[in-house]
Amino acid sequence: MADIVLDKVSKKFPDGTIAVRDVDLEIADGEFVILVGPSGCGKSTTLNMIAGLEDISSGELRIGGERVNDKAPRDRDIAMVFQSYALYPNMTVRENMAFPLQLAKLDKKTINQKVEEAAKVLELTPLLDRRPANLSGGQRQRVAMGRAIVRKPKAFLMDEPLSNLDAKLRVQMRTVVSRLQKRLGTTTVYVTHDQTEAMTLGDRVVIMRGGAVQQVGPPQELYDNPHNLFVAGFIGSPSMNFLPAAIEESRLRTALGDVPIGDRIRRELSRADAPRELILGIRPEHFEDAELIDEETRRRGIVFEAPVDIVESMGSDKYVYLTVEGERATAAELEELAADAGAADFTGVGSHLVTRLSAESTVTEGQNRRVWFNLEKIHLFNPADGRNLTLREGRAAGALAD
Amino acid sequence: MSERSERTIEPGADVAADGTDTRTGGRQAVVPAQRANRRKRAPLSENKRAERKLGWLLCAPAALVMVAVTGYPILYSLWLSLQRFDLRFPAEREFVGLDNYVTVLTNDFWWTAFGVTMLITVVTVAVELVLGMGLALVMHRTLVGRGIVRTAALIPYGIVTVVAAFSWRYAWTPGTGYLANLFSDGAPLTERASALAIIMLAEIWKTTPFMALLLMAGLALVPEDLLKAASTDGATAWQRFTKVMLPVMKPAILVALLFRTLDAFRVFDNIYVLTSGANETSSVSMIAYNNLIRGLNLGIGSTMSVLIFIAVAIIAFIFVKLFGTAAPGSDDGEGR
Repeated sequence: MADIVLDKVSKKFPDGTIAVRDVDLEIADGEFVILVGPSGCGKSTTLNMIAGLEDISSGELRIGGERVNDKAPRDRDIAMVFQSYALYPNMTVRENMAFPLQLAKLDKKTINQKVEEAAKVLELTPLLDRRPANLSGGQRQRVAMGRAIVRKPKAFLMDEPLSNLDAKLRVQMRTVVSRLQKRLGTTTVYVTHDQTEAMTLGDRVVIMRGGAVQQVGPPQELYDNPHNLFVAGFIGSPSMNFLPAAIEESRLRTALGDVPIGDRIRRELSRADAPRELILGIRPEHFEDAELIDEETRRRGIVFEAPVDIVESMGSDKYVYLTVEGERATAAELEELAADAGAADFTGVGSHLVTRLSAESTVTEGQNRRVWFNLEKIHLFNPADGRNLTLREGRAAGALAD
Repeated sequence: MSERSERTIEPGADVAADGTDTRTGGRQAVVPAQRANRRKRAPLSENKRAERKLGWLLCAPAALVMVAVTGYPILYSLWLSLQRFDLRFPAEREFVGLDNYVTVLTNDFWWTAFGVTMLITVVTVAVELVLGMGLALVMHRTLVGRGIVRTAALIPYGIVTVVAAFSWRYAWTPGTGYLANLFSDGAPLTERASALAIIMLAEIWKTTPFMALLLMAGLALVPEDLLKAASTDGATAWQRFTKVMLPVMKPAILVALLFRTLDAFRVFDNIYVLTSGANETSSVSMIAYNNLIRGLNLGIGSTMSVLIFIAVAIIAFIFVKLFGTAAPGSDDGEGR
């Protein structure tokens, strides 16, 4: 077991594209870190560099305090799990799991014992003499994990290990991975494009975009205090709502009505290079049916009225889609996120708000409804660079903060 | 009675027919054994039978043409091989049974030629496999000038064998040939050992690209992730090659070996041009040609042709048997 340190690590491909740009990251011994981002953000390249499957163009990589830039994968003592599982088709499950041990020249008895042990942990014992072709997806995935854990390596590297499983099995395997990692206490770097996996699995999450790290932190922290527009839009499902907001005197004019702003934001906006337009971001759960809130709560936010487009009842709460007038917020980050979600060409006219209201709400489709939202929970972003203006010392303070 | 028993089997037959098991769902643990059992007793459904009939009908025209152009000559030469039939003495034609076979199989010339053929086959195919694998790896791995490398590698295969053989012959002709002047004082094509070596060299030079092409197709079958996994598992480049690549490529390697072995066993053009079979360098094809076309002895020549045909069939049979047991990922040879 060991810590992993990336010190200004970059990857430049021969054709000139820079896949990873100056990544600084310290992964503590035993920590479970998730690299997440849309496709092409450099997360897999970063993982491959840690594994030694890609050369590092510049910067330094240390595993257990030792510089390993020029070491071959086999000398780094790491184990990797691939999205395709990469099981050797000509070997049985037992031989697959024994392969790294045989290469390490362990004696037969030790190998057998270790394989049996790992098989027991992953409930693979009855499958040991099968070949990969005769296993289901979930079983293959477990064999791939088994092959990684038999060796007790310094670190596990996982490259979207659950992406090929169907949704139900993926949720189940998520807990298996989590439990296994806790039990073994091995440093783990896990790559995924699925923000739900990132939120649920990791001790810390690293969000990447275009080869650069956007923000690093525990999942809840990223969710509550996104440093920029990209992180805000990437984390959360359904994702945060974004609206354009024009600055006018001491308030913001938005499609949801005028939003008052506190002294701190005003100070920020009085600077010479301050933008004239902002993007207001608010999460679905910070809306509520205006009928269901008390006076005390009402004062902390404002109420607006909007036509209800669609109501999705989830049982525990209701997702209500509201139509709002005016243009959609535009920024490079938002377009990238939409493209990644495959929705770039499918947004319809005008903009929609996704709100999560209490299940008790009597809202129905087609009516106009009064909806409240919490001013303390809104984020304001600079559309030019995506920075979150409401952050104070790394914490989101809402629009009203003094 | 029989009708009822058939009906009880029907649902099982459906499951086996499309290869998926609806009853056990995701639990594949029990499937293979059951499937094997079911396949034996499952009768063909109406649908399957109609499909099979259509398949035969669609194949029929091609099959008929094949029979006409290959089946007839084979049967005719079989018939000729059972006769004494020398065009120089047409009056003496008569049915002699297996006498021709006894004559050929007890003849030293035949066995010498057979030995030469085997030697050429084994040596050339073995060398071609190694060189072809190297060439395939180079072609597979080159990043710059991929097209040029591949084209250059394929040039020898693109040249007509006889033309290439003549260029080898001139190269080894004393006095005028650059290779002869470089490597020997005598006439290498007139001595048995050196002549055989030159024949094999010409063969290898000519067909290694073909081998490489077939092996490259096999290399493309090896997933990149598998090699990455092996290197993180601690395998050296050589271990990755022998323990991961070769086993996964095995079917492609066997196909390449089969093609080349059958070709090599019928070696003719190079020998015809380089030595004309002088100094005991004849292959079996060469002496069959000498007897059949030059000697006009249709009986003996046909007998040799039939023997070559049988030898080739045996080689093919051995290889196909090997495939059946060695296709990776399928324990029960399901791939066939």
